[in-house]
Amino acid sequence: MITTTSLYDQLTSLYKEKRNDTESAWLSNLREDAFKAFTRNGFPTTKQEDWRFTNIAPFLKEDFLLHPGEASLHSSKKAGSIPQFDAHEIVLKNGMLNEDVTIPGISISPLRTALKDERFKSYLSKHIPLNAQPMAALNTAMFEHGIVIEADKNIIADKPIHVTYIYNAAEPVFVQPRLLIIANKSSKLQVVESLLIMGESPIFINSVTECYVAENAQADHYVLQVTPPNVRWVNFNQTIQSADSLYNNYTYTLPGGLLFRNNIHLDLNGTNTESHLYGLYLTGPGQLTDNHTCVNHLNPNCFSNELYKGVLMRDSRAVFNGKIFVQQDAQKTNAFQQNNNMLLSNNAIIDSKPQLEIFADDVKCSHGSTVGNFNDEALFYLKARGIGDVAARNLLVNAFAFDVTNKIQVPAVQEYVEKIITQKMAEAYD
Amino acid sequence: MLLDIKNLQASVENKQILKGINLQVNPGEVHAIMGPNGSGKSSLASVLTGRQNYEVTGGEVSFDGRDLLDMSPEDRAREGLFLAFQYPIEIPGVSNINFLRTALNEIRAYHNEPPIEAKEFLKLTREKQKLVEFDAKLTNRSLNEGFSGGEKKRNEIFQLAMLNPKLSILDETDSGLDIDALRIVSNGVNKLRSDKNAFIVITHYQRLLEYIVPDFVHVLYDGKIVKSGTKELALELEEKGYDWIKEPVTTASV
Ligand SMILES: Nc1ncnc2c1ncn2[C@@H]1O[C@H](COP(=O)(O)OP(=O)(O)OP(=O)(O)O)[C@@H](O)[C@H]1O
Ligand SMILES: [Mg+2]
Repeated sequence: MITTTSLYDQLTSLYKEKRNDTESAWLSNLREDAFKAFTRNGFPTTKQEDWRFTNIAPFLKEDFLLHPGEASLHSSKKAGSIPQFDAHEIVLKNGMLNEDVTIPGISISPLRTALKDERFKSYLSKHIPLNAQPMAALNTAMFEHGIVIEADKNIIADKPIHVTYIYNAAEPVFVQPRLLIIANKSSKLQVVESLLIMGESPIFINSVTECYVAENAQADHYVLQVTPPNVRWVNFNQTIQSADSLYNNYTYTLPGGLLFRNNIHLDLNGTNTESHLYGLYLTGPGQLTDNHTCVNHLNPNCFSNELYKGVLMRDSRAVFNGKIFVQQDAQKTNAFQQNNNMLLSNNAIIDSKPQLEIFADDVKCSHGSTVGNFNDEALFYLKARGIGDVAARNLLVNAFAFDVTNKIQVPAVQEYVEKIITQKMAEAYD
Repeated sequence: MLLDIKNLQASVENKQILKGINLQVNPGEVHAIMGPNGSGKSSLASVLTGRQNYEVTGGEVSFDGRDLLDMSPEDRAREGLFLAFQYPIEIPGVSNINFLRTALNEIRAYHNEPPIEAKEFLKLTREKQKLVEFDAKLTNRSLNEGFSGGEKKRNEIFQLAMLNPKLSILDETDSGLDIDALRIVSNGVNKLRSDKNAFIVITHYQRLLEYIVPDFVHVLYDGKIVKSGTKELALELEEKGYDWIKEPVTTASV
């Protein structure tokens, strides 16, 4: 395919082509609104405050295919999957669910099939601020594939659900996966998302995940961003918690892909909720990792805790922007946020910006941000015991990340993440 | 000869701290170094182990026939030099046991030996824990994190036992230890003594030297060894303090 049209033009003409698709009226109305929200400003630019440090424009210049080819996906290989991980495995090839997965009490269905049901109108993009989030709006307007994971009321999942996205990047592709997780009343589930890329052409992922944690339900949500260098990934994660629910988000970004932008939005829509957002970003050569989180306390007696830790190597760059809103009704809120960074190179740059906006008076909130280096005393202590420079630094980085990695509730996932940290550290040494 | 220090001079932040140290240590020997605060005892240990902020301005040191000052801190340790720190640092998030396994394997790799088998490591850990009566619960905690002063010192000796160095420098390992701990630590050291290894024991107190009996006692004052003798010297210092030693040096150096 030879094309000189811009991605923007390509997307808008594809959108118009698709308008006649047989989708329910509510969905096509939603898509229309989302499309307008996207086209109003187009792709985000660094002129917008929220994207000030993150310029995606250079990554959009490829001649992208909007439908990845099937060719190289025939292998049923599970490479990149997590060793010793006892999970319900769901593999999405180029975004599509090809085999039936049966898990007692939990339904897994292709999004397009599921969306024929009017019921999902009250979930899909219901809480995403489309006008302020052009990338999420674009995904909403144009996503094709994706799945719904829904746990029935009172169901406690027997093991984690591991969703692996496999994409063919034999040619440059632009893909828009979509995941909807619903944990109904008093249910409990763990979802682990990971990625497997075949091929070495640039792949731009514009993903949206929505997670509804109903009354008294619990959801653990892991996003493992272990990727090759050809990945660029903009991710929007919207979670809505009802009363007495628990939500844990673990977003771990390791060296590889050149661009990561994670938007983690959390609305506390009921009282007495608990939420933990754990983030780890290890940035390697030429990489930019940008985490924008937003925790919105709308109700009384909720507890939120956020811990993001970053280790920056070489000429990498990271952005942390953490917003906490405590609305007027959200009395007795406990909201904590911490962002700690270790800069391992003079060429690395971190922009860290915690933001607290409190409109209630009886609350406990704190936030903090630190930037440091290796502790020379600790390094010397380790070396004085015969531990070489690389191993000593690995130990200290793992120790730094430990507060975050030890929060992982699945031992196989924890081991996997720790192993990748060590491996990536060794590869990215100055 | 295991250690041969010749006219060693070193400075930190342009301040001369070691002003010409001479010391020879043979396998099987225990040397005690005493001396007033700030005289340079820990500095000597730091220079020997390769701490970065010290600059060697003169002299030479050979360790087991090799140029010690030419080696990286980790290679010095791998060649068999060990320092029990005066102030062991806490490293949260690094487990004691993982740290020891890493250290042991790094040392083995240096000598072209394969990593230690899990079973063998466990056995070694148990054995050495017993030897220095180190609480097994502490082994699994983060390195020195929240350890009491005495526990940290005992951990140093436990590490010493695990790594089995040729030359160990104990920098005031006795301070902060209660009398039982002192006995335990000293017993541990005595059990580890052999005709192949040697110890340099830095201390302010003769008491320790009743447990770990030295072959030689040296007095370090103002960056120099100003007097050397046998264990009786320690007793004399305990009684008379350092003033009688300071005097002749000051006059002699004029
Ligand atoms: N980083 C440093 N910067 C400046 N001066 C230093 C530094 N480290 C050590 N010194 C100085 O070097 C001198 C020797 O210190 P050192 O710690 O070696 O003494 P010491 O004999 O071990 O004393 P103590 O018995 O109190 O442990 C002291 O005057 C000390 O202040
Ligand atoms: Mg000292």
